[in-house]
Amino acid sequence: MPFLDIVDLSAGYGGAPILNGVNLSVGKGEVISLIGPSGSGKSTLLRVLIGLTAPSSGQVSIDGTPVDYASKASVRALRRRMSIVFQQFNLFQNMTALANICLAPVKTLGVAPAAAEARGRELLASVGLADKADSYPDQLSGGQQQRVAIARALAMQPEILLLDEITSALDPERVGEVLDTVRALAATGISMLLVSHEMSFVREISTRVVMMDAGRVVESGPPAQIFTAPQEARTKAFIGAIIRH
Amino acid sequence: MIDRLMAEAPAFFTRDTAAFLGLALSRTLLMTVIGCGAGFVLGMVLAVVRRSRAGWLAPARVLAAAYVELFRRIPFLVILILVLFSVQAFAPDLSLLGIAAIAVTLAATAYLSEIVRAGLESVPRAQVEGADVLGLSAAQSFWLVILPQSWRVILPPAAAFMVMFIKDTALASHLGVVELAFSGKILVNRGFSPLYGFGAVLILYFLLSWPLGRMAAWLETRLAVSRHR
Repeated sequence: MPFLDIVDLSAGYGGAPILNGVNLSVGKGEVISLIGPSGSGKSTLLRVLIGLTAPSSGQVSIDGTPVDYASKASVRALRRRMSIVFQQFNLFQNMTALANICLAPVKTLGVAPAAAEARGRELLASVGLADKADSYPDQLSGGQQQRVAIARALAMQPEILLLDEITSALDPERVGEVLDTVRALAATGISMLLVSHEMSFVREISTRVVMMDAGRVVESGPPAQIFTAPQEARTKAFIGAIIRH
Repeated sequence: MIDRLMAEAPAFFTRDTAAFLGLALSRTLLMTVIGCGAGFVLGMVLAVVRRSRAGWLAPARVLAAAYVELFRRIPFLVILILVLFSVQAFAPDLSLLGIAAIAVTLAATAYLSEIVRAGLESVPRAQVEGADVLGLSAAQSFWLVILPQSWRVILPPAAAFMVMFIKDTALASHLGVVELAFSGKILVNRGFSPLYGFGAVLILYFLLSWPLGRMAAWLETRLAVSRHR
């Protein structure tokens, strides 16, 4: 049984459909990259999965348990197993890096503050920012903020991590440090569903690549297949356009 | 002129006059502090209600919006008189100072609620989503994430409003509250030169507002430096 199972999921803003029946399953430890043109619904899919945008129809289940996005309790239970990292980091500006990481474990998981802090420092060290524990977000570079955001998501000990274009808002020379962090993370065996425009990175890190267009999954397969021998015309056109650059 | 002032000086600069003015000053200060303090808390409640999204709070949202829009458009003197007559119908024993404090609260609630609302709205939506996906409740995200980031936008205009409102409490003299402005008039009626009566009042208003105004300016520069302090 897949760990995360998405069946016929649809969603839209104010009547305009963004997702048109997405079917996708993610196994334990899989790293799946969503690719496709802008507006194809990649980021919306992640937002629906984490409960920020309401689905209009369809079914999502995690580890065999269906998620009821209309129920706060069900969404809260989901968020103990699934975390997301945003393009714009969304770090709390009024707290230090360490406080950002410790807040949710203490307030929502009931972890003792001392234990949360010890774990927070470990996580900061693991993303290479051991010396930035007491820095505020506006004292950190974009790449550093994004690594703190990853550490914050990991502090919730999620079983699956969603990464929404996490390098798109960074200066080019900062992209590498964040990708290194994600690469190390993939090796730990956590399930990941990511949206990225860094195609060489997608190709390297993914166990499976999913091509989306117009709110649907067009094609999915191992990176080698999608990038070198795509089956669908839409995928061929998209990959062709990328490779020409 | 000078002769008159010289002649009145021994009678004016007495402990009695000082006590009389001190009492009036404390009434002005009390109306402002109670009214703006309660108004700040109530204004924050209104601002939070207006930000809410729950369906069952929809009537409260409409009422809150109507209250704010209405009370910001009524002159303070009219609010004072309205409160005087409606309170006296229910609680005839309430002091005039109490009635004035209620009126200040009603007006301050409406203005401060808009100031708080602007502050809360200055925090990007992404901060709320960040708290949301970490499983924080709406209350936790309000107290731990949104409000701490709003203070720098809320405090300077809120302090400026309070300093300005000190002067408006002079209108409570129309009700018969012996606050600072009224005490000047009484001193003149007792036969002192207006230069003494209102001169003293002028200096006391200044002594009350100036430090508060300085504090507001200090807050503004201090909070403007950085988002996180």
